[in-house]
Amino acid sequence: MRHFAAAERAVYSRDRDHLSDKQISSKIRSALHQVMHAAWKGCLMNAVLESSETIELFKGRAETVGAQVERFANREQALEFVVRQLHREGVSDQPRCGAVWVASPMVSAPVQKQLESDIPGLTFAPTRELAEQARVGVSQVDWALADTGTLVQISDEVEKRLVSSLPPLHIALVSTAALLPTLASVIALVDPSKSAYISFITGPSRTADIERVLTIGVHGPERLIVVFVDNLEVEA
Amino acid sequence: MKQAFKQSIIEALADPVLGKSLGNFSVAYRAGRAKAYEGIDFEELRNEIAAIKSSASSQFDELAEQFTRVAEAKGTKVFRTNDPEAVRAYILRLAQERGVKNIVKSKSMATEEIHLNKYLEKAGIAVQETDLGEWIIQLAGQTPSHMVMPAIHLSKEEVTDVFNDKVEEGQKPDIPKLVNFARGKLRPMFLKADMGITGANIAVAETGSIVLVTNEGNARLVTTLPRIHVAVIGLEKLIEKFKDVAPILTALPRSATAQLLTSYVSIISGPVPNTDGSPKELHIILMDNRRNEMAHDPRFKQALQCIRCASCLNVCPVFRLVGGHVFGKVYTGGIGTILTAWFDALKQSDEIQSLCIQCGNCREVCPGKIDIPALILELRRRLAVEQGQPLIQKAIFTVVNNRHLFHTVLRAAPLGQIPFARGGFIRHLPMFLSSLTDGRSLPAITAVPFRDRIKKIKQPKCAEKAAFYGGCLVDFAYPEIGEAIVKVLNKAGIKVVFPEGQTCCGAPARYNGAYEVAAQNGADNIKALLSEDVKYVVSACPTCTVALKEDFILSLEAVGRKDDLPAAHTLAEKTFDFSTLVNQLVEEGRLKFKQGKEPTKFTYHDSCHFKRTLHADQIPRNLMKQAGNELVEMDEADMCCGMGGSYSLKLPEISAPILERKLVNIEKTGAPLLLIDCPGCVMQIGGGLDARGSKIKVKHTAQQLAESLE
Repeated sequence: MRHFAAAERAVYSRDRDHLSDKQISSKIRSALHQVMHAAWKGCLMNAVLESSETIELFKGRAETVGAQVERFANREQALEFVVRQLHREGVSDQPRCGAVWVASPMVSAPVQKQLESDIPGLTFAPTRELAEQARVGVSQVDWALADTGTLVQISDEVEKRLVSSLPPLHIALVSTAALLPTLASVIALVDPSKSAYISFITGPSRTADIERVLTIGVHGPERLIVVFVDNLEVEA
Repeated sequence: MKQAFKQSIIEALADPVLGKSLGNFSVAYRAGRAKAYEGIDFEELRNEIAAIKSSASSQFDELAEQFTRVAEAKGTKVFRTNDPEAVRAYILRLAQERGVKNIVKSKSMATEEIHLNKYLEKAGIAVQETDLGEWIIQLAGQTPSHMVMPAIHLSKEEVTDVFNDKVEEGQKPDIPKLVNFARGKLRPMFLKADMGITGANIAVAETGSIVLVTNEGNARLVTTLPRIHVAVIGLEKLIEKFKDVAPILTALPRSATAQLLTSYVSIISGPVPNTDGSPKELHIILMDNRRNEMAHDPRFKQALQCIRCASCLNVCPVFRLVGGHVFGKVYTGGIGTILTAWFDALKQSDEIQSLCIQCGNCREVCPGKIDIPALILELRRRLAVEQGQPLIQKAIFTVVNNRHLFHTVLRAAPLGQIPFARGGFIRHLPMFLSSLTDGRSLPAITAVPFRDRIKKIKQPKCAEKAAFYGGCLVDFAYPEIGEAIVKVLNKAGIKVVFPEGQTCCGAPARYNGAYEVAAQNGADNIKALLSEDVKYVVSACPTCTVALKEDFILSLEAVGRKDDLPAAHTLAEKTFDFSTLVNQLVEEGRLKFKQGKEPTKFTYHDSCHFKRTLHADQIPRNLMKQAGNELVEMDEADMCCGMGGSYSLKLPEISAPILERKLVNIEKTGAPLLLIDCPGCVMQIGGGLDARGSKIKVKHTAQQLAESLE
């Protein structure tokens, strides 16, 4: 915004400062360029989107398609919530009772270790077999889209797809700052030359193939819990 | 029309499951789609998509080369061919070379198109469909009846029987349980498969990406668990830029299933690691199968703008009655008719193209902005050129094309119909004609046509003149509509003349592919209507109005009669439908409504051409409200009444149930008066209500206006 302010000042003071049209338009161009750049880095978007209105829009849209949406102030509270869910789902080291969690920056190595020792049956090293046997899959996604209630994940790593497609419950962690307004905004942001597999997830798996009756949970998860975390900086 | 085809229609109509599920779905879809598009400018969106897809189909070769280059640089193998057999052989050879025993598939119309499963199974490879609907029809040994919902024709009881017979005894017709059963049975198939086959909804040349859209999550598993992934993609899925994924993904789920977005979208832009860490083998097959040839056909290039949402099926009044199987084995509905003609053979579309009633619903909702009805007419025209017209049809057009003969035949009709006509309606016809009066009465052909009646009407001295184009129905069946028009226009100081040389508007010929006949009809009418110096040419029939304003030009252009075009344009500019002209005269203060009239409740039926070609649907509603009447909207007011010109004569089996639904919607409003702007619809609906003994009055808007204006 300060660049616009500079451009505006230039317009008002053009006579005093003897500025040419060319100089003025260059200032405006520069302001626009800076703003675009800022937007690209997500700064502007975050500023716009941290408004609770957008989160509410996401929540409404995601709940309409059967997802559960939670929001926590910091990482510690979010992790506490996930752990409670794992217990509630009866995660244990018994057969078909495991949980698979893909390591992400949100969970530091010591925290991973602690969680694995606290919760038998939980692993941060998911395999195809473990994911197939698990009750719960947990992963962090890269963006959320408000207007469709969608999660977006760069998922070249196969583990990310395994934990979000094989277990009956998927818990998705996402930074509140990564909430974008629309599908078009994320299409403009992702780079398919760098990411070979980009996944969009909107609610749990569904079908209406028999008599057009909506039924949740065909091949993918029957439930999806989206966990927004406002502040990722706080150490758990 | 062959007996087997008629029989398939009759059987489909008699299928209670089909009628109920498609009927319910079409109502839910209409509301759901509208809601899904809230806040989106659909016209702008579809203009964008049409531009993206049209630009892509202008450069298929370049885009396919670019796609290949970019994708291969990342390690994807790309194979491009025009030949379906080469696609099948490529996949089989790959499977054999890699020792593949089990294949899982996610839903792909491209592989349906080339009957891939059968081919692979014959070679001893197990092929498993994993989309629930596809799996059900695979088990049942059927073909998809709908592009998006392949098993929509089956009830839960039928699905239960299929599961009990083909998979495991003991299933009950409980949908969540059936779905859970499918999950349990298919999961091991995903895990043991060594090859996954998918289609793609979009392929991006710039980035070598493919986009897969699903709800069940099967495509994610098919592209993740097996070590080899093969995607079979029709060339029409190619687009140039990655950013153009956004508008297509915005429209596809909204138009297909009224969702904002499907549960899953996967964008794959190269091989990713397998679950054992080895690199996935990714093969992409770009299949032409005449798509490039289609791209070079000036008329049919447009059809490549299709994004396969199937909304043209969902809004089609015929599809919701007969379902998909009547259309054939692969692509169904409106767009399916066109694709079958190209991907299979033109003559394969001979019978199914006749299912189109030309109501234009699909053109309104198509996110690729394809004029499907016009393309079906073009198929009709090409079929007529290739095969000639059926003999009876030819005889009819010989009569229609000869003005004197046509009018002589019509004038002779009153004598022939005397034994059947009662109270202005014919209720029964003998022998093979009897299906024409099944469920509706037909208007008796009037003893004195309008062309003779107008001579006896004393018109006041007027400063301006309008030529009235009667059309067959007003002239010979509903002369009272013509009389109402004279009365109204006289009030505005306009004298009405009836140029004697006018003849059939050519719509019957045009809609049956006989363009030479239609063009000659056009030329005759242009000459007649421009013979007098008139300010307006007015018609009370939307089909005729469209003929005068648009179709004469198109038919003359189609047969290369360039010399007739300037006059055709002159006529087009002078032509008005009656309600639009009255509205203009009211706005100019030349017509005024009577005051203090008792308000009448009325309902309004939108005629197809009136709403979707002339876009005049709100005008008569507003005029009648200005006259102090109360409008009670019916459900599906803009759904076709089943008349469709000669359609109701050729396919009365389909026309009758479409009419039936319309009548129910009219009766539900409780309004004692129904207004319509088309004499064809007046005939169809008026006849239907008469046959039911209904007390509801059916009038052309012109008749009501004649009573309401000062």
